[in-house]
Amino acid sequence: MSAPLLEVCNLVKHYASVTAVNDVSFSVPEGICFGLLGPNGAGKTTTIEIMEGILTPTSGQVRYRGEPLGQRFREEAGILFQKTALQDFLTVRQCLSMFRGLYDRGLDVEETIQLCALEKLAERDNRKLSGGQLQRLLLAIALINDPAMIFLDEPTTGLDPQARRNFWDLIQSIKARRKTIILTTHYMEEAELLCDEIAIMDNGKIIAQGTPRNLLNQHFAQVLLELPRQEFPDSARRLPLTVIEGGDRIEITTDDLDATLRILMDAHVPLRNLRIRPPNLEDLFLELTGKALRA
Amino acid sequence: MIKRLLTVWHARNLEFVRDRGTLIFTLLLPLMLIVGMSFVFGGPERPLFKVGVLTDQIDKTAHPFLHERYVDFVPIAGEADGLHKITHQQIDLLVDLPGAGDPRYWVNTDSPKGYIVEKLLLAAAPSAKREPVTGAATRYIDWLFPGILGMNLMFSCLFGVGYVVLRYRKNGFLKRLHATPLTAFEFLSAQVLSRLCLILFVTVALYIGMGSIIHFHSAGNLLLLFAVAVVAALSMIALGLTIASRFASEELVGGLLNLLTWPMMLLSGIWFSLEGSPRWVQWVANIFPLTHLLQASRAIMLDGAGAVAIAPDLIYLSITAVAFLIFGAWSFRWRIE
Repeated sequence: MSAPLLEVCNLVKHYASVTAVNDVSFSVPEGICFGLLGPNGAGKTTTIEIMEGILTPTSGQVRYRGEPLGQRFREEAGILFQKTALQDFLTVRQCLSMFRGLYDRGLDVEETIQLCALEKLAERDNRKLSGGQLQRLLLAIALINDPAMIFLDEPTTGLDPQARRNFWDLIQSIKARRKTIILTTHYMEEAELLCDEIAIMDNGKIIAQGTPRNLLNQHFAQVLLELPRQEFPDSARRLPLTVIEGGDRIEITTDDLDATLRILMDAHVPLRNLRIRPPNLEDLFLELTGKALRA
Repeated sequence: MIKRLLTVWHARNLEFVRDRGTLIFTLLLPLMLIVGMSFVFGGPERPLFKVGVLTDQIDKTAHPFLHERYVDFVPIAGEADGLHKITHQQIDLLVDLPGAGDPRYWVNTDSPKGYIVEKLLLAAAPSAKREPVTGAATRYIDWLFPGILGMNLMFSCLFGVGYVVLRYRKNGFLKRLHATPLTAFEFLSAQVLSRLCLILFVTVALYIGMGSIIHFHSAGNLLLLFAVAVVAALSMIALGLTIASRFASEELVGGLLNLLTWPMMLLSGIWFSLEGSPRWVQWVANIFPLTHLLQASRAIMLDGAGAVAIAPDLIYLSITAVAFLIFGAWSFRWRIE
């Protein structure tokens, strides 16, 4: 694995009586998509904003290419915030030209317009863009300086499924350019599709980190059985099974599907609504925190 | 650095020019005001005689003339100042009432009111020595004209910059800029320069447009007048920046800007001369940059004053511009945590 492009060392951030980030450390190698996952209030936006140099940590340090964040980082980082407004009355092309003018080097405006499929919108007032179109423009702005590292803070929140998929395609094309991406998201499907490595945050701490596959292998057996809670009698809880409580459903993980099914049938547990699927990141989060991810 | 500064400057200019509502309002408001004020105040003068007395403080017991009713006696510290006022018919008579010896008085022979109030004086002091002067009266509209331009400049500078920076901070645009190599100094300089260019353009357009409507011709040097406008605009833009530099509440910033603009509007001498007002009012008025802008611009436009005559006002405006800029840049925050 290549040397870390970004290192986060013992980051702490206090707000009055709240500790938003509590001794967080990790590193991001060059060329990967790194996902920071967690529920609302987990501390991921605070962490990413400290990494972006927007917030000052109470203690700890972020290092880019081995050095504290400085002018080089600002020149080489592209950022898409959760919420950003642009200057009124400026067209898409003018917004891009304005941001291009703030960097010493970067992509050509027309090239960025093509990259983010904004050709038909180039002369439109940025206030008249739809949610998905505006996110594409903000992504284009994040790419205008041809960054080595791109921060995407919940980039698809609020988009419709079609716009979300289009956006994922764009991120895939950026990944193909060997850019390092740091992504925060609520959507596990997004993380599984895009991220090479993830860190899961809860209550200001990293509670698990690794590649999605390794984390799932560490915490789960190969398959996961799902049953409606009302069809899972209390007596079945005494069976020799690994059971995870999940809201209105019960999840059972196992390496031996045949044996597990036999135990359930012997206990007369109804199986007509049984679902068998591989575990995913949402299951992992549930397993680690006991909370639904979007709570 | 210059490239980044010009980039933000250009974008801000585009934003302002395309905001048609604000642009039209900026141009129309002062025009409407001056038309309205000329209508309201353009009629007969107030039925009150104004007599300047060469003294620091009026002592009613010093002379029987000072007991006359319907006459406003105002103290005038120096003879030169008094002569200037009587020449421009800003007062109807100037008197020197020494404790011993005969009084002296100056009367403008072109002034009808001077003719009448002279009779009142001679009735009370028949042996007073007459010193005749001549000079046309300054029209109220001419006197008001610099005030309207100054007021428009003040509102545009304070609210234009203050609210724009606040809006940028609230909608996250400042935060986005903070994530680029742009420095606070570059950003603030671009805002100052953008607003300065726009307000100077608007002020010059208003000067030409309104000046032709009311047939006004400046008695003094227009370049000097422009220099005063530049320094005054810088001072007030920087004042607006200091207000908006670290707050994120519209109510608070709006309140603070109103707290500044209303006293300036009432006490800086836009509508009426502060002549004869209590000393503390004049002391407070002298703190405001707008007062110095109006003093300097009226001196140039109405009296043809040169650079030396307006130097104190120009120096005061320059000092406040630099002080507010330094304080604004020091206290500026990209975002409020």
